[in-house]
Amino acid sequence: MSAQTLSFIFVGLSFALYIGIAIWSRVGSTKEFYVAGGGVHPVVNGMATAADWMSAASFLSVAGILAFTGRDGAVYLMGWTGGYVLLALLLAPYLRKFGRFTVPEFIGDRYYSKLARVVAVICLIFISFTYIAGQMRGVGIVFSRFLEVDINTGVVIGMAIVFCYAVLGGMKGITYTQVAQYCVLIFAFMVPAIFMSIMWTDNPVPQLGLGDKLNDGSGLSVLQKLDQVTTELGFNTYTVGTRSTIDTLAIAAALMIGTAGLPHVIVRFFTVPKVSDARKSAGYALAFICIMYTTIPAVAAFSRLNLTESVNEVAYSEAPAWIEKWENTGLIAWKDKNGDGIMQYRPGHAFNPTKPIFTQDRGTYGERVISNELTNTTNEIYVDRDIMVMANPEIAKLPNWVIALVAAGAVAAALSTAAGLLLVISSSVAHDLMKRTFMPNISDKKELLFARLAAVVAILIAGWFGINPPAFVAQVVAFAFGMAAASLFPPIVMGIFSKRINRSGAVAGMLIGLSSTLAYIIYFNFIAPEINNPEHWFLGISPTGIGTIGAVLNVIAAVIVSHLTPAPPARVQDMIDDIRIPAGAGVAHEH
Amino acid sequence: MNQHADSKNQPENEGGAYHHTEAENLPSHSHHDEEILSEIDVQAYWRANVKVLVVLLSSWAFVSFGCGVLFSDWLDQFTIGGFPLGFWFTQQGTMLCFVAIIFIYHIWMKKIERAHGVDDDENSVENQPVHQSDSRDQS
Repeated sequence: MSAQTLSFIFVGLSFALYIGIAIWSRVGSTKEFYVAGGGVHPVVNGMATAADWMSAASFLSVAGILAFTGRDGAVYLMGWTGGYVLLALLLAPYLRKFGRFTVPEFIGDRYYSKLARVVAVICLIFISFTYIAGQMRGVGIVFSRFLEVDINTGVVIGMAIVFCYAVLGGMKGITYTQVAQYCVLIFAFMVPAIFMSIMWTDNPVPQLGLGDKLNDGSGLSVLQKLDQVTTELGFNTYTVGTRSTIDTLAIAAALMIGTAGLPHVIVRFFTVPKVSDARKSAGYALAFICIMYTTIPAVAAFSRLNLTESVNEVAYSEAPAWIEKWENTGLIAWKDKNGDGIMQYRPGHAFNPTKPIFTQDRGTYGERVISNELTNTTNEIYVDRDIMVMANPEIAKLPNWVIALVAAGAVAAALSTAAGLLLVISSSVAHDLMKRTFMPNISDKKELLFARLAAVVAILIAGWFGINPPAFVAQVVAFAFGMAAASLFPPIVMGIFSKRINRSGAVAGMLIGLSSTLAYIIYFNFIAPEINNPEHWFLGISPTGIGTIGAVLNVIAAVIVSHLTPAPPARVQDMIDDIRIPAGAGVAHEH
Repeated sequence: MNQHADSKNQPENEGGAYHHTEAENLPSHSHHDEEILSEIDVQAYWRANVKVLVVLLSSWAFVSFGCGVLFSDWLDQFTIGGFPLGFWFTQQGTMLCFVAIIFIYHIWMKKIERAHGVDDDENSVENQPVHQSDSRDQS
């Protein structure tokens, strides 16, 4: 059977499974819609959190980034997983004890202020939109490949599917479907990784295979071979970093603090029965995440070797079939600069602008003709980094069912995160904005209606960003983390560990943190992209890492303003005392 | 930094908050002495908690910012399983340490909570300090 037919079957079956679970656990009340009644076992919750958090970016994009940037890319792995430690140690137990539905609710209550809550909702919506836009792009890539359509058509199909899917069930449906999605995506990620590891090193464990010797009898290890190949072609040496230390530190910190501030992940910890379970659950979640995350470097390394071997110095007319298929989606392009009919894969961008603009014509060898200006590098190929994981099984000539499996896995990854985010967006709009701020008397039914409406609007906006993405999936997502770091994380942590930070301080901090970070990102990416380089960056920190500075500004502003204004009232201080003690956490409740 | 300084001020702060609580809620309390005891216990628990956080977050920072970034290049002179050590930390090592840190935290905190009688285990006899139920009434 062809890979496409198999993909239809696999993706279809996995969908039937998710929808089946969603219907089976369909929710009636608002409380169930948001947090599954607070009765989910830590291991189950850990698995669902892992699926929630391992997005299309993790599944598709991180390995691609690592494959092309080598050691530099590893900061994403470290940053995203390291944030989990902050989340488990500084937030999860206390927010669980606090026991409400949403992050703005905590901020609103802790800072006894509607304004603080509204600011938190705005921050949250901003973050969730940026993040979900990355997911839509990921879904688009998957659908465009296996349906063999253009990437933009893929995004639209993805939107329609996420819409049908996420608006159906609430958190409970999502919890169990996410467990299923975790299983699908981890299996789909591991199978090709194991295949490739065996192919290159005979070692069935990809994590160990990466450090192993090649099985071609050359006596070189995988890493030595990679260094050799990359250096020969003039790329940066694979195992040597090129980014400045300060920027690496800033990016790692921004990603870490941002992970801990991600609303759709935090809200997960409201669903376990006890405070100690929230800690345990975070541990399991990270363990489940790390199964995939420690495999990513191996996938990256093997796919870089595979890509170089199957593309570089190969005549286009003899190119493997996957090149043409990806070319049709618009994610690979080749321009025969030196007229030899052979593809040269070298450092630097092949065209300007970087992304290919195709005309309707075909060239001498049947390749799609591009209208971009050519750069003067010898590189002739554009490969979108986000396709690496999807293309891997084809590049490595793995059986068709593996290709289909990866498609199902990527859809699972994108759907689980998109659904979790949509839920957070809809609950913040319906619950925090409508019910708790503007229309306190609306009925449960009306609230649910608002929640679903918000989800619809969210999908439409996210789809637009998916079609017009500002950068690669993982980078779009990284911006969301930067914003979470600069706006939400500091007030939550300070709210738990300090009794002195008050309403004015928190609001000032959030506004300064978010606006400074946003301004920096917008300035360097949209207003003056031509000077987006280390010479012009503040302290040498890139827009990806600027969330760290935003977080620092947030804390400074909050502390100064708080000390100039009166301390929080006694009932808030009592509330802080209460959330610091694990005993007596009831189920998450509405008030 | 800020958090740390704050935890040092804790006894005064909590004392202040406590008097306030007492003034507002006195009528509803039946076991006054017991409540003072549990308040002291709660403070000791919180200090122990902050200590755990300081230790574990230091290890977290050492592993990630230290081994993963600052002395990563220096660590490359050693090898582990075919990897230069610093490179291994960036690709796999830090993540494994993170998982370990969270589970250590879980186990350590459980022990401290049992010792201070503030744990949330259903079988525990003393899992409902009086102070506790008060603030719940308020919320």
